[in-house]
Amino acid sequence: MAFLEVKNLHVEVEDKKILNGLTLSVGKGQVAAIMGPNGSGKSTLAYVLAGKDNYKVTEGDVLLDGKSILEMPPDERAAKGVFLAFQYPVEVPGVATMTFLRTALNAQRKTRGEAELSTPEFMKLVRDTASHLGISQDMLRRAVNVGFSGGEKKRNEILQMAILQPRLAVLDETDSGLDIDALKIVAEGVNRLRSPERSMVVITHYQRLLNFIVPDVVHVMAKGKVVKSGGKELALELEAKGYAQFADEAA
Amino acid sequence: MDAEVRAIKTPAEQALSAAFATARGTLPGKGALAAMREGAFRQFDTRGLPHRRVEEWKYTDLRALMRDLYPLAAPPDAATRARAKNAGKLLAGVECRRLVFVDGAFAPDLSDLVPEPGLAIDSMANALSKSDPLVAAHVGQTFATDDVAVAINTALMGDGAVIRVSAGAALKRPVNLVFATGSDKPTSAFVRSLVVVEKGAKATIIESHESGDTQVNAVLELVVGDEAQVDYIKITQARALHVASLLATVGARVHFSSFAFTAGSAVVRNQKFIRFAGEGTKADIRGVTLLRGKDHVDTTLLIEHAAGHCTSREQFKAVLDDESHGVFQGKIVVKQHAQKTDAKMMTRALLLSDEAEADNKPELEIFADDVVCGHGATAGALDPGLKFYLMSRGIHEKEAEALLIQAFIGETIEEIADEGIRQALMIASLKWLGARS
Repeated sequence: MAFLEVKNLHVEVEDKKILNGLTLSVGKGQVAAIMGPNGSGKSTLAYVLAGKDNYKVTEGDVLLDGKSILEMPPDERAAKGVFLAFQYPVEVPGVATMTFLRTALNAQRKTRGEAELSTPEFMKLVRDTASHLGISQDMLRRAVNVGFSGGEKKRNEILQMAILQPRLAVLDETDSGLDIDALKIVAEGVNRLRSPERSMVVITHYQRLLNFIVPDVVHVMAKGKVVKSGGKELALELEAKGYAQFADEAA
Repeated sequence: MDAEVRAIKTPAEQALSAAFATARGTLPGKGALAAMREGAFRQFDTRGLPHRRVEEWKYTDLRALMRDLYPLAAPPDAATRARAKNAGKLLAGVECRRLVFVDGAFAPDLSDLVPEPGLAIDSMANALSKSDPLVAAHVGQTFATDDVAVAINTALMGDGAVIRVSAGAALKRPVNLVFATGSDKPTSAFVRSLVVVEKGAKATIIESHESGDTQVNAVLELVVGDEAQVDYIKITQARALHVASLLATVGARVHFSSFAFTAGSAVVRNQKFIRFAGEGTKADIRGVTLLRGKDHVDTTLLIEHAAGHCTSREQFKAVLDDESHGVFQGKIVVKQHAQKTDAKMMTRALLLSDEAEADNKPELEIFADDVVCGHGATAGALDPGLKFYLMSRGIHEKEAEALLIQAFIGETIEEIADEGIRQALMIASLKWLGARS
């Protein structure tokens, strides 16, 4: 059975239909790329998985490990292992990155009935993870994402992912706004987290990211549903031919 | 058809007049001081309690809020003083000199009177009785205002603190004036304090009010000499009615900071009248107010830049839950000769409920032509985008809200120089947040 199953999902945002019967399966440990033109509903899918509240599901279901998560608030989904790396990570003035990471990790552990991490354990975990991602101690002391560059914000997302160790990571256009060097650091960070226990949904507009995070499977979205699925070579085909070919198929 | 021909007085106004008639013979101070009381009483008698048609009191209609006057507090006996023994516990972890006032009267037995060079302490009742020259020189002269709440205090002032920090002295510990309730019956108190920090001296003055079912009208007059450094902090937790006025004159090249923390209070009016009378002073005037239930807290500032080259920053934040009502009125006046004034005022209200109300009224009145002045005001709910971000990481809704509220007020509390006081206020804020249902 697939770890994530999206079944015939219909979603509206402010009375506008964005997803139109999207069906998608992601196996355990699988890295699935989702590609598609702007406005095809990729980011909406990401937000619906994470539980953002102004997205109205009118039909269909989302199952994680066989259980529906649609009625769960975002924090409960997170504790079940869902993680969304935001396309535009928000700045949280006044909340230090360390405090944020620790509060989040302990809240998840508590929800799962696990013991909180001790301070030394936590500090070591963060230090080790941060150093791989080129995140300085100074950044950790600063308020979450405040004054961070675009690349720093994306690295901070991957840091959170590495600390929280989700079972399903959804990366929403993690490559947007990154130059090639920053992209490499972020992709390496993601690749380190690949594991048979962790499924990933990598949402991107461009094939470029998939040179660094090589997917097991590629799904193409258009007009709110998956219109084509294939292996990693599908991404190359899209790069060559563009998305125009799908404009009619989904209509 | 105005207040002067208004024949009918409210019960509270009648009671205030009666209280003055009864007490005038026994209130401390003779000669010029007694004449000042009489003048202040006439001012009140003519105008009555301030109400919503008085612009400065538009949002805090004292005539409506003060239904009656509680009996003037009697001098506290031993049992009453004992009840106030644990007062000031919010700052229990902070090393400071506590001077305790029970039901408005100085309680030397509960106070720390260990001598310190450069520091003179007296009670206002005593200083008024002996026509102390410091009191004669400053009481009623620090800031000229026709505010009726100040006039009522001047008419009925009983006791309070008189603190003098001599030129060049640097106090080792903050001085904490603790105003506590001892009486187990509703009472009222009119306290008046005078703090004079002379040239080049350094002092931290904390005014703490922890009151039960008590009506308090408190005035603190603050005179800051040239090149002095003064941190003034006011902590208010008043369960009934609390009207407080700071009247301050600040000299040249002073470092002045003021912080007001108000939480767990029913009806509070905190007014600050501050004049920058000498050049080159830097001032930070800040405050955090936490409101819930039907709390009503009004912060009213009148900042007067009367000399040039001064910088002032005013920053006030309020967190409002339930059906509470927060008011911020801030007026910065720049006098004609106060060139190169740099003044910026910001007020922000965070509304946690649809029923809460925040009124913000910032004003600038500028008569000089070479100044940098500005003000801003915001009122809004917690950012849903921020909340979602925190929750998407596994943080529960209430905890996410608490983190964001804490961040909102923390930014202002962080600016307090004294670490102990800063932590104590952060803990008090967390306690308030923890009690959120």
